[in-house]
Amino acid sequence: MTQASTTPKVQAAAGNQAGEVAIQLVGVNKWYGEFHVLRDINLAVERGERIVICGPSGSGKSTLIRCINRLEEHQSGQIIVDGNELTNDLKRIDEVRREVGMVFQHFNLFPHLTVLENLTLAPIWVRKMAKAEAEAVAMKYLTRVKIPEQAKKYPGQLSGGQQQRVAIARSLCMNPKIMLFDEPTSALDPEMIKEVLEVMVDLAQSGMTMLCVTHEMGFARQVANRVIFMDQGQVIEQNSPAEFFTNPKSERTKLFLSQILH
Amino acid sequence: MTDLSSSHAWVRTKDAERLPPPPNTTGVVGWLLQNLFNTPLNSVFTIIGVAFIAWIGWGIIEWAIIRGVFSGESRDACVAVPDSGACWPYVAAKFHQFVYGFYPFDQRWRVNICFIVGAIALATMAIPSLPYKKWNALFLLVVYPLMTFVLLTGGNLDFSTSTLLGIVGLLLLSALIVPLLAFGIEEGVQRNRTALLLAGAALLIWLVTLFISMPEINLLGSFVSVSTLAVVALLLAAAIMSLVHEASSRDVSARSALLGWVGACCAVIAVLLVMTVDFGLVAVETQQWGGLLVTMVVAITGIVASLPLGILLALGRRSKMPVVRLFSVVFIEVWRGVPLITVLFMSSIMLPLFLPEGVNFDKLLRALVGTALFSAAYMAETVRGGLQAIPKGQYEAAQALGLSYWRTMSLIVLPQALKIVIPGIVNSFISLFKDTTLVLIIGLFDLLGIVKASFADPKWAAPQTASTGFFVAALMFWVFCFGMSRYSIYMERRLATGHKRRGI
Repeated sequence: MTQASTTPKVQAAAGNQAGEVAIQLVGVNKWYGEFHVLRDINLAVERGERIVICGPSGSGKSTLIRCINRLEEHQSGQIIVDGNELTNDLKRIDEVRREVGMVFQHFNLFPHLTVLENLTLAPIWVRKMAKAEAEAVAMKYLTRVKIPEQAKKYPGQLSGGQQQRVAIARSLCMNPKIMLFDEPTSALDPEMIKEVLEVMVDLAQSGMTMLCVTHEMGFARQVANRVIFMDQGQVIEQNSPAEFFTNPKSERTKLFLSQILH
Repeated sequence: MTDLSSSHAWVRTKDAERLPPPPNTTGVVGWLLQNLFNTPLNSVFTIIGVAFIAWIGWGIIEWAIIRGVFSGESRDACVAVPDSGACWPYVAAKFHQFVYGFYPFDQRWRVNICFIVGAIALATMAIPSLPYKKWNALFLLVVYPLMTFVLLTGGNLDFSTSTLLGIVGLLLLSALIVPLLAFGIEEGVQRNRTALLLAGAALLIWLVTLFISMPEINLLGSFVSVSTLAVVALLLAAAIMSLVHEASSRDVSARSALLGWVGACCAVIAVLLVMTVDFGLVAVETQQWGGLLVTMVVAITGIVASLPLGILLALGRRSKMPVVRLFSVVFIEVWRGVPLITVLFMSSIMLPLFLPEGVNFDKLLRALVGTALFSAAYMAETVRGGLQAIPKGQYEAAQALGLSYWRTMSLIVLPQALKIVIPGIVNSFISLFKDTTLVLIIGLFDLLGIVKASFADPKWAAPQTASTGFFVAALMFWVFCFGMSRYSIYMERRLATGHKRRGI
């Protein structure tokens, strides 16, 4: 099925530019059956860059970032994350997933584990960290997302905003180089969106490489280096937030912005 | 928003009072009124229901206690009383038989030890607050079965050369799995192609010799065919190749897989050694076992074996690998499509026809394997129901954190899935426990079988003997099944972590 190149490590990304390019997508295409969901995506994300991806629903935004940690498989083109090209090689996929954190729309916390266990699970089993050390790290990040007092509770006992902050902390515990956010505030009550965005802004200011699929245009203006607009599986326009919001180039972008900004 | 007429504008100036609930809505009276007497029709049903229960209950008490005969030496005591109820002296006289079957009198202490140790180990395992759960589980799953095996049968097994060679062959064959575990199936196959080919050749030769006999040579006093030696030699070469490959690899997972294999082999060899040691116990044939002993052996073995097998089959049925999925589907559908009676008949009558001459398994052992595989197929479908209830997001979150397939399953998916299907699992356990009565048809006497057999004793043949015997058998089955049911409800409540509404 996969026609992706079999070059194991791509020299350009791994070698001389290692400090700069975090993610590179070259001519990526993906189909769901007959449906062409991602069409010729080319994108380079530098280290420390904060990118916001927006677009109407069904435009392939989520599929795009889910391809970056191989939750979805692309069928042609190259995706190179941190010098590793994503192919069927399971070891390399695991390597990429260790370095890339992901936050989901519906949090996807593990309901049978306490908050602390949710946070320490991957460091203990994937990073082989000692339990005490993992718990110390977990408490550090829980403090950073401002809910250290909830450590012993189960996710079901927390509010949506608290759950999403736990989910962010869970990803951070793996000490990722890149963070992916898949509509992190879409499932939240308006009152709780702010507390999650604050955590994300704080993370952005610490220099984390971030890709966010979101409709929070205020957040995009405040922290993004670049805004990418997608429609029907293609990148239509990308620009700095200032330019993107005040001076959109394409008609499709103008239409989209006029519908979400009032 | 701007033009609300002033008549709608209103601001609360005083808190509404917090009042107690109206009378007769809380407490016992409230519960009765809400649940049993809330409408005239329901009140009528309640009264009819209570009257019915009282009638049945009184009937049992009257038969068992008021009209029951409590002392006597033989059937005469029960026959002498006109219109007598339950014949309890018969139960007292036969109770040991109900429990031990025809197990020799002077050896019954061995069964008692198994019962008592098992009950203690199970109780300490089942009470969550007690410590050392890991060691307890190890004892229950490894040491205890071995102990019961040696105690109940007498141990001191005498393995034939062909059996030993078979075990050695299987151990060598298992060495081939090590690289697959360490590197994943694709890479493992690639790295270890020659060894796999050798093993394939060995299996082919073995299959051929099932139909063509080969010349035999004398090896350490017993005759072994040339082909068997060839098979073992090929397997040995294959195993050495894959193990050397592992040992030379610096990869951590390769090392741990190798260590795991060595540990497992040592454990198997240790178990075999214990089975062959002569502890000075008199051998007791399984034909002499019976009653509660057989019921417990069949049920517990079935329960312990069917859960892990069922989980593996359920995972296999949802696997992305077509061969694994096909195997699981075929296995499950074949075993589910056949009645347990047929399985038992097959195991006791048909199976020996297919086995090579000289190979003969114990009848009880065959029944054990049959029931275990049968209930594993049902268990697989129960577990699959639980697996399907786990949202896709749970798998994705685990994958995104870098957890491997087995870690995802064992740490994230199965703990949640099994918790959901506790009622279904215990349902399977209970029906398995009761299905053990079917072993009667292949000549094994379980609890019900031994009770029925005791009716034939002329010393106790009285009008009430049969009803008393069945009553006691039913009561004993009920106690075990009800115990399992209550414990499962307790576990369900204990494992609820607030993400679901608490049920009843």
